[in-house]
Amino acid sequence: MSAILDRLLGRKKKSAHQAKERLKLVLIHDRTDLNPGTLELLKDELIAVISRHVDIDPGAVRIEMTQDGRQQRLIADIPLNPAGRRRVR
Amino acid sequence: MAAKVVTVTSGAAKVVTVTSGKGGVGKTTATANLASALAAENLKVVCIDADIGLRNLDVVLGLENRIVYDLVDVVEGRCRLRQAMIRDKRLPELYLIPAAQTRDKSAVSPSDMVRLCDELRPDYDWVLIDSPAGIERGFRNAIAPADLVIVITNPEVSAVRDADRIIGLIEAEEKGPARLIINRLKPTMVKREEMLSPDDVLELLAVELIGIVPEDENVTLSINRGVPIVLDGKSRAGLAFRNIAARLRGEPVPFLDFNDFLDFNDQGGLLGRLARLIRPGGA
Repeated sequence: MSAILDRLLGRKKKSAHQAKERLKLVLIHDRTDLNPGTLELLKDELIAVISRHVDIDPGAVRIEMTQDGRQQRLIADIPLNPAGRRRVR
Repeated sequence: MAAKVVTVTSGAAKVVTVTSGKGGVGKTTATANLASALAAENLKVVCIDADIGLRNLDVVLGLENRIVYDLVDVVEGRCRLRQAMIRDKRLPELYLIPAAQTRDKSAVSPSDMVRLCDELRPDYDWVLIDSPAGIERGFRNAIAPADLVIVITNPEVSAVRDADRIIGLIEAEEKGPARLIINRLKPTMVKREEMLSPDDVLELLAVELIGIVPEDENVTLSINRGVPIVLDGKSRAGLAFRNIAARLRGEPVPFLDFNDFLDFNDQGGLLGRLARLIRPGGA
């Protein structure tokens, strides 16, 4: 909310905040050798494989890296469509 | 953020390597000052400049005029280990083994460094190694004999990124967990949210802190003179380095609150302070 307000008022984010956010992303990729392109590719293939077995909404799939200490974790959040609402082909 | 206790058994030196990845963040200054602070407590300290070809620990300690033999001379058998050790005049328990200036890093191997430190261990309390920048041979030489690796960084994007890389390599070499010094922190910039705070850096790097050193113009003066800043009782950076040395010895010294340093060194200097005296609340 404050981010929206800041943008409306034309205020820039403080540079320390930018530094931290940029570093977070850079460090994830440095530590894992996994670049954003590879992550997208992985997401597409994951969707394809899972779709073969269950009904999912590809647009709702979220794949992200999280940090647990110095350990990186790949988290996939894949909401399943309820069986009852399955489209009739 | 509690300080980890490092146990010291008398007569068996602990080997500590100071490294950073990025150059120019304060490795040599930290090594010289931690060594001096430990020696000022009557501990027997040897510091080794492992930055072969870019020797600098000698000038920071003010011992550059007394070099006869260097690290490579020892490794290649041209002199005995004791002959290459320069004794400090101010601190009689402090010795320096200088780097060779005309050779490169390939003149020394990690096993040479292990052998050399093993020879020192029985007779001294601390061996401090100043690592070169980078992640190549010189870095591997410097961490090979280490019981503890201290990573030093500045609260800046490129320094933190390189620190992260080096921390990963230290873990891969089974020399971890590394401890972190955040050097050249500018409290007024942190307060304005224009510099990464110690908490930001610790969250990003996920390592244990061993000290925060504020930016202090006196460091430049001390290096100009070749007199370590820990010997200056009034300097903030000197106090921070003395605290780190105490934590190495296992004393649970609380971390300085960097808010205490606000407006000290990094805002206007003497003129700024005079201006604030005349016009309180003006800054």
